[in-house]
Amino acid sequence: MFDSLSSRFSSTFSSLRSRGKISKNDIDATCAEIRQALLESDVALEVVESFVAEIAEKSTTALATMQSGTNQANAIFEIVNASLIEILGGSARRVRFAKNPPTVIMLAGLQGAGKTTLAGKLAKFYADQGNTPLLVASDLQRPNAVTQLQVVGQSIGVPVFAPEAGNGVGDPVKVAKAGVEFAKAKQYNMVIVDTAGRLGVDADLMKQAGDIRDAVHPDEILFVVDAMIGQDAVRTSQAFLDGVGFDGVVLTKLDGDARGGAALSIASLTKRPIMFASSGEKLSDFDIFYPERMASRILGMGDVATLAEQAKKAFDGDTSEKLEAKFARGEDFTLEDFLDQLSAMSKMGSMSKLLGMLPGSAGMKKQIDNFDEGEIVRTKAIVESMTPIERRDPKVLNGSRRSRIAKGSGRAVSEVNNLVERFSAAQKMMKQVRNGAMPAGMAGMGLPPMPAVKASIAPKKKSKSGNPAKRAIEEAQ
Amino acid sequence: MGLFSKFIAKIKGENSFAPADWQDLEGELLASDIGPTLTRELLEAGRKVKSENAQEALMQTLTSHLCDKSRQPLTNPDGTTVVMIVGVNGTGKTTSVAKLASHIKKSGSSVVVAAGDTFRAAAVEQLQTWGQRIAVEVISGKANGDPASVAFDAAKRAKEMKADYLVIDTAGRLHNKSDLMAELEKVKRVVEKISPVNEVLLTIDATTGQNGLAQAKIFSESVNVTGIILTKLDGSARGGIALAIEHELDIPIKWIGTGESEGDLAPFDPDAYIQGLLA
Repeated sequence: MFDSLSSRFSSTFSSLRSRGKISKNDIDATCAEIRQALLESDVALEVVESFVAEIAEKSTTALATMQSGTNQANAIFEIVNASLIEILGGSARRVRFAKNPPTVIMLAGLQGAGKTTLAGKLAKFYADQGNTPLLVASDLQRPNAVTQLQVVGQSIGVPVFAPEAGNGVGDPVKVAKAGVEFAKAKQYNMVIVDTAGRLGVDADLMKQAGDIRDAVHPDEILFVVDAMIGQDAVRTSQAFLDGVGFDGVVLTKLDGDARGGAALSIASLTKRPIMFASSGEKLSDFDIFYPERMASRILGMGDVATLAEQAKKAFDGDTSEKLEAKFARGEDFTLEDFLDQLSAMSKMGSMSKLLGMLPGSAGMKKQIDNFDEGEIVRTKAIVESMTPIERRDPKVLNGSRRSRIAKGSGRAVSEVNNLVERFSAAQKMMKQVRNGAMPAGMAGMGLPPMPAVKASIAPKKKSKSGNPAKRAIEEAQ
Repeated sequence: MGLFSKFIAKIKGENSFAPADWQDLEGELLASDIGPTLTRELLEAGRKVKSENAQEALMQTLTSHLCDKSRQPLTNPDGTTVVMIVGVNGTGKTTSVAKLASHIKKSGSSVVVAAGDTFRAAAVEQLQTWGQRIAVEVISGKANGDPASVAFDAAKRAKEMKADYLVIDTAGRLHNKSDLMAELEKVKRVVEKISPVNEVLLTIDATTGQNGLAQAKIFSESVNVTGIILTKLDGSARGGIALAIEHELDIPIKWIGTGESEGDLAPFDPDAYIQGLLA
């Protein structure tokens, strides 16, 4: 998300940086660029205007005290960054737990915003931290929303309170109230109430949401909003604020390429913090919202903090320690280690998502989008088709072994050769690094060069031999 | 008074627009989600309008940005008409499938639907409940099964039954996920082994912002979208992104969705839509 905003900011600022001295006109031109970029990102006009005015004013003030052009560009960059963070919520707030459990969280939002999926993600998030959430199925409107919540609850092992089958039958207010009472009786420490999607203009349903609120006295009402929403975010969030009120915002579908400017609008107009970010089809694709990270991402500085955190989660302590120790002992990095890393990488999520978090990734958006996720699977298949001996010592890989591996993994011999070649190059590089200076703690992240983008793979040579073994030998030469 | 009529009244009355009025108009155009580029174009066109025929000229300017392809539903004269419904998550595909099937049935044709969303929890059940409500046969496979195989079976079944229409529901997918887009292409390819897919309708949520353009573009590249269903037009959103899509990508809006009941689907009316953008 925010991709085009960040690429636009990148180019604006790089042209500013190349200037010797920044004039008032430069600031105006920059602000015009920022205005256009924010509008294209679906930020509401009034928010854009006040944001741009603030930037212009702060930049002009800062300009007076600055000497060189470089410093000035940096200063403006910092001003934009700080202002973005401020609008996006300052510092992220956590859910307030009730003094007397259960903590009641109520979800509200438009149809299709992703409330039911989010209810599951939220429940999993808190269950993983040792809480005992109960999901309450108060969406009795949409056909089989109750069933959906039950399936979700089952998949994460969280109980679902669903006395009514839904499909237009039953009273959601009663269900919500009974759900909280049930949670109290059974000593669940958290209740997550899923509600039906409703339009801001639907007075009856807004009143019903208010009734649910009054029946369960939620500790947090979360407004769930699709990151792809446009200018209507302003009216809709205001309608929900007036109709039911909310304490925090959850952005969903952040794994899309929507720039999500609505986040800026909602945070700025409703003064409610964005608390969570939901970004994927899996129930674990969910995290606390970090305004600083998002601001960095907007500005094309990448989201290294998130990346590092995910890496830490995926590369469990053992693996990286083992690898570091091995490295320190002067042992070779083997295909076995490589396989471990590949598996850990697939645990971290899709490669395009990971690459997207790197600084400067805005400029290579196209390559990232075209990244073939299957490449990791195929590479893994090749390594997995090798025997332990071959993995530890790829030098034993003669033509017949290579041909067997190719058959086993369903790939061409040339692909096996390619991998082995690239791997030994990486191994050589690792040796050189070891002989030089190697920062501590790098081993876990020290991935050998991967076939990152499909286009980077050398084109297959036209083979002369029809015999795979012979061909392998020919190609190995 | 809606901004459009206010705008017209001002032009007619004073023969010129104060800068503040232009700002108002810009704000309204932007608020409808047609996007900053199209807004600028329209403002430029607006400035050239002569006072006498202002209303007509402005309507014309807006209307000229609609695409001129036919908005008639595409059909198969030789057998079952196959319609696929595609779109990103939460835009109203399953509901639209049910509404469309109900519409077809009411117009006197026979229809079966395929529950091709095997991914989202209980999506199949959601469609089955709809099927019971509108008395239409729903063909479904296993949860988490292969959507292409469900669609294939449904196409075969529809052909055997000599049904007039087959409407295929698909799982919501974000257009930037190439593996899921490839899966969608496969669904279409596999169905076409039985009978051609005549119509591919993309659901666009009226609340969608500028990302709608990317959605329409990539879905079109992948499965050749032949029309748009603009959903949730009963809210406060005006769905201006659809105008931007028509203008940029030449894909006609064919249907609008205006509620959660089976009757809340109507053929797209360009005049009403254009007036709604500024009203």
